[in-house]
Amino acid sequence: MLNILWPAFILISFLYGILQGNVEAINQTIFESAKNAVELTITFFGTLCLWNGIMKIAQETSFTIKLTKLLKPAIDFLFPEIKHNEKAKEEISMNMIANILGLGNAATPLGLKAMKTLQKENSKKDTVSNSMAMFIVINTASLQLIPTTVIAIRASLASNNPTQIIFPVWGATIAAFITAVLATKIMITIDKKRKNSFDFKNKK
Amino acid sequence: MNFIQFLSSSAIPIVIAIIVIYGLLEKNKVYDTFVEGAKEGMEIVVKLFPTLLGLFIAIGALRSSGVLDCIIQFISPITNVLHIPSEIMPLAILRPISGSASTAVATDIMNNFGVDSKIGLIASTIMGSTETTFYTIAIYTSCVGIKKIRFVLACALLGDLVGMLISVVIWGFLS
Repeated sequence: MLNILWPAFILISFLYGILQGNVEAINQTIFESAKNAVELTITFFGTLCLWNGIMKIAQETSFTIKLTKLLKPAIDFLFPEIKHNEKAKEEISMNMIANILGLGNAATPLGLKAMKTLQKENSKKDTVSNSMAMFIVINTASLQLIPTTVIAIRASLASNNPTQIIFPVWGATIAAFITAVLATKIMITIDKKRKNSFDFKNKK
Repeated sequence: MNFIQFLSSSAIPIVIAIIVIYGLLEKNKVYDTFVEGAKEGMEIVVKLFPTLLGLFIAIGALRSSGVLDCIIQFISPITNVLHIPSEIMPLAILRPISGSASTAVATDIMNNFGVDSKIGLIASTIMGSTETTFYTIAIYTSCVGIKKIRFVLACALLGDLVGMLISVVIWGFLS
Protein backbone atom coordinates (compact mmCIF):
# COMPACT_ATOMS: atom_id res chain seq x y z
CA MET A 1 0.00 0.00 0.00
CA LEU A 2 2.65 2.48 1.03
CA ASN A 3 4.69 1.53 -2.02
CA ILE A 4 2.00 3.32 -4.00
CA LEU A 5 1.05 6.06 -1.54
CA TRP A 6 4.57 7.19 -0.68
CA PRO A 7 5.84 7.93 -4.20
CA ALA A 8 2.41 9.41 -5.05
CA PHE A 9 2.63 11.83 -2.12
CA ILE A 10 6.11 12.92 -3.08
CA LEU A 11 5.50 13.28 -6.83
CA ILE A 12 2.17 15.08 -6.43
CA SER A 13 3.72 17.51 -3.95
CA PHE A 14 6.67 18.09 -6.26
CA LEU A 15 4.48 18.77 -9.31
CA TYR A 16 2.07 20.96 -7.38
CA GLY A 17 4.98 22.81 -5.82
CA ILE A 18 6.45 23.60 -9.23
CA LEU A 19 3.09 24.80 -10.55
CA GLN A 20 2.58 26.99 -7.49
CA GLY A 21 6.20 28.14 -7.53
CA ASN A 22 7.01 27.09 -3.97
CA VAL A 23 9.66 24.45 -4.53
CA GLU A 24 11.77 26.39 -2.04
CA ALA A 25 9.29 25.53 0.74
CA ILE A 26 9.45 21.85 -0.17
CA ASN A 27 13.23 21.96 -0.09
CA GLN A 28 13.17 23.34 3.44
CA THR A 29 10.52 20.89 4.59
CA ILE A 30 12.45 17.81 3.49
CA PHE A 31 15.29 18.52 5.88
CA GLU A 32 13.04 19.82 8.61
CA SER A 33 10.93 16.65 8.43
CA ALA A 34 14.00 14.45 8.78
CA LYS A 35 15.00 16.41 11.85
CA ASN A 36 11.46 16.21 13.27
CA ALA A 37 11.37 12.44 12.81
CA VAL A 38 14.59 12.05 14.82
CA GLU A 39 13.41 14.42 17.55
CA LEU A 40 10.06 12.70 17.89
CA THR A 41 11.61 9.25 17.99
CA ILE A 42 14.11 10.24 20.66
CA THR A 43 11.48 11.88 22.84
CA PHE A 44 9.03 9.03 22.78
CA PHE A 45 11.75 6.42 23.01
CA GLY A 46 11.73 6.68 26.81
CA THR A 47 7.98 6.65 27.36
CA LEU A 48 7.37 3.75 25.03
CA CYS A 49 10.07 1.59 26.66
CA LEU A 50 8.72 2.51 30.09
CA TRP A 51 5.25 1.23 29.17
CA ASN A 52 6.49 -1.89 27.60
CA GLY A 53 8.43 -2.64 30.76
CA ILE A 54 5.48 -2.01 33.09
CA MET A 55 3.07 -4.01 30.96
CA LYS A 56 5.55 -6.87 30.81
CA ILE A 57 5.33 -7.10 34.61
CA ALA A 58 1.54 -7.15 34.33
CA GLN A 59 1.73 -9.94 31.78
CA GLU A 60 3.86 -12.15 34.04
CA THR A 61 1.70 -11.85 37.15
CA SER A 62 -1.72 -13.21 38.02
CA PHE A 63 -3.02 -9.79 36.95
CA THR A 64 -3.38 -11.51 33.58
CA ILE A 65 -5.22 -14.52 35.05
CA LYS A 66 -7.62 -12.18 36.85
CA LEU A 67 -8.30 -10.40 33.59
CA THR A 68 -8.86 -13.72 31.82
CA LYS A 69 -11.52 -14.61 34.40
CA LEU A 70 -13.16 -11.22 33.91
CA LEU A 71 -13.19 -11.79 30.17
CA LYS A 72 -14.71 -15.27 30.32
CA PRO A 73 -18.40 -14.29 30.14
CA ALA A 74 -17.59 -11.83 27.37
CA ILE A 75 -15.79 -14.49 25.38
CA ASP A 76 -18.63 -16.98 25.78
CA PHE A 77 -21.01 -14.33 24.49
CA LEU A 78 -18.80 -13.29 21.57
CA PHE A 79 -17.83 -16.79 20.47
CA PRO A 80 -20.82 -19.09 21.10
CA GLU A 81 -19.61 -21.59 18.51
CA ILE A 82 -16.37 -22.51 20.27
CA LYS A 83 -17.80 -22.96 23.77
CA HIS A 84 -16.06 -26.32 24.14
CA ASN A 85 -12.75 -25.40 22.54
CA GLU A 86 -10.82 -24.37 25.67
CA LYS A 87 -7.57 -23.92 23.77
CA ALA A 88 -9.06 -21.44 21.30
CA LYS A 89 -10.78 -19.55 24.11
CA GLU A 90 -7.56 -19.28 26.08
CA GLU A 91 -5.57 -18.02 23.11
CA ILE A 92 -8.28 -15.50 22.28
CA SER A 93 -8.33 -14.13 25.81
CA MET A 94 -4.51 -13.91 25.93
CA ASN A 95 -4.62 -11.91 22.71
CA MET A 96 -7.33 -9.60 24.04
CA ILE A 97 -5.39 -9.02 27.24
CA ALA A 98 -2.19 -8.18 25.36
CA ASN A 99 -4.27 -5.70 23.35
CA ILE A 100 -5.81 -4.22 26.48
CA LEU A 101 -2.37 -3.81 28.03
CA GLY A 102 -1.16 -2.13 24.85
CA LEU A 103 1.44 -4.79 24.06
CA GLY A 104 0.89 -4.81 20.30
CA ASN A 105 4.02 -6.86 19.67
CA ALA A 106 2.81 -9.60 22.00
CA ALA A 107 -0.81 -9.41 20.82
CA THR A 108 -0.16 -10.19 17.17
CA PRO A 109 1.68 -13.53 17.58
CA LEU A 110 -0.95 -14.63 20.14
CA GLY A 111 -3.70 -13.62 17.75
CA LEU A 112 -2.16 -15.53 14.87
CA LYS A 113 -1.92 -18.61 17.09
CA ALA A 114 -5.62 -18.29 17.90
CA MET A 115 -6.41 -17.96 14.18
CA LYS A 116 -4.59 -21.25 13.52
CA THR A 117 -6.59 -23.00 16.25
CA LEU A 118 -9.84 -21.59 14.86
CA GLN A 119 -8.90 -22.67 11.34
CA LYS A 120 -8.84 -26.31 12.53
CA GLU A 121 -12.57 -26.09 13.31
CA ASN A 122 -13.37 -24.11 10.19
CA SER A 123 -15.40 -26.07 7.65
CA LYS A 124 -14.58 -23.85 4.64
CA LYS A 125 -10.84 -23.33 4.72
CA ASP A 126 -10.73 -20.32 2.38
CA THR A 127 -13.52 -18.39 4.12
CA VAL A 128 -13.62 -16.89 7.60
CA SER A 129 -15.82 -18.76 10.08
CA ASN A 130 -18.20 -16.85 12.33
CA SER A 131 -15.80 -17.06 15.26
CA MET A 132 -12.90 -15.89 13.11
CA ALA A 133 -14.93 -12.97 11.77
CA MET A 134 -15.71 -11.86 15.31
CA PHE A 135 -12.11 -12.34 16.41
CA ILE A 136 -10.67 -10.26 13.56
CA VAL A 137 -13.25 -7.49 14.05
CA ILE A 138 -12.32 -7.35 17.76
CA ASN A 139 -8.66 -7.01 16.81
CA THR A 140 -9.42 -4.13 14.47
CA ALA A 141 -11.06 -2.28 17.37
CA SER A 142 -8.37 -0.75 19.54
CA LEU A 143 -9.11 -2.22 22.97
CA GLN A 144 -6.37 -0.37 24.79
CA LEU A 145 -6.54 0.51 28.47
CA ILE A 146 -3.95 3.25 28.11
CA PRO A 147 -3.20 4.74 24.69
CA THR A 148 0.52 4.77 25.37
CA THR A 149 1.85 5.76 21.96
CA VAL A 150 -0.36 8.82 21.65
CA ILE A 151 0.46 9.87 25.20
CA ALA A 152 4.16 9.51 24.41
CA ILE A 153 3.79 11.66 21.30
CA ARG A 154 1.76 14.27 23.17
CA ALA A 155 4.37 14.40 25.93
CA SER A 156 7.15 14.81 23.37
CA LEU A 157 5.30 17.76 21.82
CA ALA A 158 5.24 19.48 25.23
CA SER A 159 1.52 19.12 25.91
CA ASN A 160 0.25 20.71 29.13
CA ASN A 161 -1.58 17.51 29.95
CA PRO A 162 -0.58 14.54 27.79
CA THR A 163 -2.98 12.17 29.54
CA GLN A 164 -6.00 14.46 29.15
CA ILE A 165 -7.26 12.27 26.31
CA ILE A 166 -7.62 9.02 28.28
CA PHE A 167 -11.33 9.31 29.11
CA PRO A 168 -12.38 10.57 25.67
CA VAL A 169 -10.37 7.70 24.16
CA TRP A 170 -12.22 5.20 26.35
CA GLY A 171 -15.55 6.66 25.29
CA ALA A 172 -14.67 6.51 21.60
CA THR A 173 -13.12 3.03 21.83
CA ILE A 174 -16.08 1.53 23.66
CA ALA A 175 -18.55 3.05 21.20
CA ALA A 176 -16.50 1.79 18.25
CA PHE A 177 -16.11 -1.65 19.82
CA ILE A 178 -19.81 -2.07 20.58
CA THR A 179 -20.78 -0.92 17.09
CA ALA A 180 -18.36 -3.29 15.35
CA VAL A 181 -19.31 -6.27 17.54
CA LEU A 182 -23.04 -5.68 17.17
CA ALA A 183 -22.71 -5.27 13.41
CA THR A 184 -20.80 -8.56 13.26
CA LYS A 185 -23.38 -10.35 15.42
CA ILE A 186 -26.18 -9.07 13.20
CA MET A 187 -24.38 -10.13 10.03
CA ILE A 188 -23.76 -13.62 11.46
CA THR A 189 -27.47 -13.98 12.31
CA ILE A 190 -28.52 -12.81 8.84
CA ASP A 191 -26.10 -15.28 7.22
CA LYS A 192 -27.43 -18.13 9.33
CA LYS A 193 -31.05 -17.35 8.44
CA ARG A 194 -30.16 -17.17 4.77
CA LYS A 195 -28.35 -20.50 4.99
CA ASN A 196 -31.24 -22.14 6.84
CA SER A 197 -33.82 -21.11 4.27
CA PHE A 198 -31.45 -22.29 1.54
CA ASP A 199 -31.12 -25.72 3.20
CA PHE A 200 -34.88 -25.86 3.62
CA LYS A 201 -35.45 -25.26 -0.09
CA ASN A 202 -32.87 -27.90 -0.96
CA LYS A 203 -34.65 -30.49 1.17
CA LYS A 204 -37.90 -29.84 -0.64
CA MET B 1 -13.77 19.06 34.23
CA ASN B 2 -11.29 19.38 37.12
CA PHE B 3 -12.27 15.97 38.40
CA ILE B 4 -11.78 14.42 34.99
CA GLN B 5 -8.40 16.10 34.76
CA PHE B 6 -7.44 14.75 38.18
CA LEU B 7 -8.56 11.25 37.23
CA SER B 8 -6.71 11.38 33.91
CA SER B 9 -3.48 12.53 35.46
CA SER B 10 -3.61 10.07 38.35
CA ALA B 11 -4.73 7.09 36.25
CA ILE B 12 -1.23 6.28 35.06
CA PRO B 13 0.59 6.41 38.40
CA ILE B 14 -2.21 4.30 39.92
CA VAL B 15 -2.01 1.69 37.16
CA ILE B 16 1.79 1.51 37.49
CA ALA B 17 1.56 1.18 41.28
CA ILE B 18 -1.05 -1.60 41.10
CA ILE B 19 0.99 -3.57 38.59
CA VAL B 20 4.22 -3.23 40.59
CA ILE B 21 2.48 -4.23 43.84
CA TYR B 22 1.04 -7.27 42.06
CA GLY B 23 4.48 -8.22 40.86
CA LEU B 24 5.97 -7.83 44.34
CA LEU B 25 3.21 -9.86 46.00
CA GLU B 26 3.87 -12.71 43.61
CA LYS B 27 7.61 -12.52 44.12
CA ASN B 28 8.22 -11.68 40.49
CA LYS B 29 11.67 -10.21 39.83
CA VAL B 30 9.92 -7.01 38.85
CA TYR B 31 13.02 -5.07 37.87
CA ASP B 32 14.37 -7.81 35.61
CA THR B 33 10.97 -8.17 33.98
CA PHE B 34 10.72 -4.42 33.53
CA VAL B 35 14.13 -4.22 31.86
CA GLU B 36 13.27 -7.10 29.55
CA GLY B 37 10.03 -5.40 28.52
CA ALA B 38 11.77 -2.07 28.01
CA LYS B 39 14.25 -3.80 25.72
CA GLU B 40 11.36 -5.03 23.57
CA GLY B 41 10.02 -1.47 23.52
CA MET B 42 13.38 -0.33 22.18
CA GLU B 43 13.04 -2.74 19.26
CA ILE B 44 9.63 -1.28 18.43
CA VAL B 45 11.05 2.24 18.33
CA VAL B 46 14.05 1.22 16.24
CA LYS B 47 11.75 -0.53 13.77
CA LEU B 48 9.39 2.43 13.67
CA PHE B 49 12.00 5.09 12.94
CA PRO B 50 12.74 4.43 9.23
CA THR B 51 9.02 4.35 8.32
CA LEU B 52 8.38 7.44 10.37
CA LEU B 53 11.23 9.26 8.64
CA GLY B 54 10.00 8.34 5.17
CA LEU B 55 6.43 9.36 5.91
CA PHE B 56 7.34 12.58 7.67
CA ILE B 57 9.12 13.69 4.53
CA ALA B 58 6.21 12.70 2.26
CA ILE B 59 3.62 14.39 4.46
CA GLY B 60 5.84 17.42 5.01
CA ALA B 61 6.08 17.78 1.23
CA LEU B 62 2.29 17.46 0.88
CA ARG B 63 1.79 20.21 3.42
CA SER B 64 4.45 22.67 2.29
CA SER B 65 3.56 22.35 -1.40
CA GLY B 66 -0.05 23.27 -0.61
CA VAL B 67 -1.57 19.96 -1.75
CA LEU B 68 -2.93 19.21 1.71
CA ASP B 69 -4.66 22.60 1.98
CA CYS B 70 -6.08 22.04 -1.47
CA ILE B 71 -7.55 18.68 -0.46
CA ILE B 72 -8.90 20.11 2.79
CA GLN B 73 -10.61 22.95 0.93
CA PHE B 74 -12.06 20.50 -1.55
CA ILE B 75 -13.72 18.36 1.11
CA SER B 76 -14.64 21.12 3.54
CA PRO B 77 -18.21 21.57 2.21
CA ILE B 78 -18.96 17.96 3.18
CA THR B 79 -17.20 18.07 6.53
CA ASN B 80 -18.81 21.42 7.42
CA VAL B 81 -22.26 19.88 7.10
CA LEU B 82 -21.21 17.10 9.48
CA HIS B 83 -19.47 19.57 11.82
CA ILE B 84 -16.16 17.76 11.46
CA PRO B 85 -13.04 19.92 11.30
CA SER B 86 -11.74 19.28 7.76
CA GLU B 87 -8.13 19.42 9.01
CA ILE B 88 -8.82 16.01 10.58
CA MET B 89 -9.84 14.36 7.30
CA PRO B 90 -6.36 13.32 6.06
CA LEU B 91 -5.92 11.46 9.36
CA ALA B 92 -9.37 9.89 9.21
CA ILE B 93 -8.68 8.56 5.71
CA LEU B 94 -5.19 7.21 6.45
CA ARG B 95 -5.92 5.78 9.90
CA PRO B 96 -7.38 2.42 8.80
CA ILE B 97 -4.77 2.01 6.04
CA SER B 98 -1.41 2.59 7.68
CA GLY B 99 -0.34 2.81 11.30
CA SER B 100 2.93 4.60 10.71
CA ALA B 101 1.47 6.99 8.12
CA SER B 102 -1.37 7.95 10.44
CA THR B 103 1.05 8.39 13.35
CA ALA B 104 3.03 10.78 11.15
CA VAL B 105 -0.09 12.69 10.05
CA ALA B 106 -1.43 12.93 13.61
CA THR B 107 1.91 14.25 14.84
CA ASP B 108 1.97 16.73 11.99
CA ILE B 109 -1.53 17.93 12.95
CA MET B 110 -0.58 18.28 16.62
CA ASN B 111 2.58 20.18 15.65
CA ASN B 112 0.73 22.56 13.34
CA PHE B 113 -2.45 23.29 15.26
CA GLY B 114 -1.11 22.75 18.79
CA VAL B 115 -1.14 19.56 20.88
CA ASP B 116 -3.73 20.99 23.25
CA SER B 117 -5.88 22.69 20.62
CA LYS B 118 -9.27 21.17 19.85
CA ILE B 119 -7.99 19.71 16.57
CA GLY B 120 -4.88 18.33 18.28
CA LEU B 121 -7.03 16.68 20.94
CA ILE B 122 -9.38 15.16 18.36
CA ALA B 123 -6.40 13.80 16.43
CA SER B 124 -4.98 12.26 19.63
CA THR B 125 -8.32 10.68 20.50
CA ILE B 126 -8.75 9.21 17.02
CA MET B 127 -5.24 7.75 17.19
CA GLY B 128 -5.93 6.23 20.60
CA SER B 129 -9.32 4.77 19.84
CA THR B 130 -8.93 3.20 16.39
CA GLU B 131 -6.68 0.60 14.79
CA THR B 132 -4.98 -0.03 11.45
CA THR B 133 -7.94 -2.06 10.21
CA PHE B 134 -6.68 -3.07 6.74
CA TYR B 135 -3.32 -4.22 8.04
CA THR B 136 -4.86 -6.23 10.88
CA ILE B 137 -7.30 -8.01 8.57
CA ALA B 138 -4.51 -8.72 6.07
CA ILE B 139 -2.15 -10.43 8.53
CA TYR B 140 -4.87 -12.32 10.40
CA THR B 141 -6.33 -13.81 7.24
CA SER B 142 -3.12 -14.42 5.29
CA CYS B 143 -1.52 -16.42 8.12
CA VAL B 144 -4.11 -19.19 7.70
CA GLY B 145 -4.61 -18.79 3.96
CA ILE B 146 -8.09 -17.28 4.04
CA LYS B 147 -9.27 -15.37 0.98
CA LYS B 148 -12.96 -14.66 1.60
CA ILE B 149 -13.58 -12.36 4.54
CA ARG B 150 -17.38 -11.95 4.17
CA PHE B 151 -18.57 -8.89 6.13
CA VAL B 152 -15.43 -8.42 8.26
CA LEU B 153 -14.09 -5.30 6.54
CA ALA B 154 -17.47 -3.53 6.51
CA CYS B 155 -18.09 -4.16 10.22
CA ALA B 156 -14.54 -3.14 11.19
CA LEU B 157 -14.70 0.09 9.18
CA LEU B 158 -18.11 0.90 10.64
CA GLY B 159 -16.50 0.63 14.09
CA ASP B 160 -13.67 2.96 13.03
CA LEU B 161 -16.15 5.48 11.68
CA VAL B 162 -18.13 5.50 14.93
CA GLY B 163 -14.90 5.85 16.95
CA MET B 164 -13.88 8.86 14.88
CA LEU B 165 -17.28 10.54 15.06
CA ILE B 166 -17.40 10.05 18.83
CA SER B 167 -13.89 11.56 19.12
CA VAL B 168 -15.12 14.67 17.32
CA VAL B 169 -18.37 14.86 19.30
CA ILE B 170 -16.66 14.43 22.69
CA TRP B 171 -14.27 17.33 22.10
CA GLY B 172 -17.14 19.39 20.74
CA PHE B 173 -18.69 19.06 24.20
CA LEU B 174 -15.52 19.38 26.29
CA SER B 175 -13.98 22.42 24.63
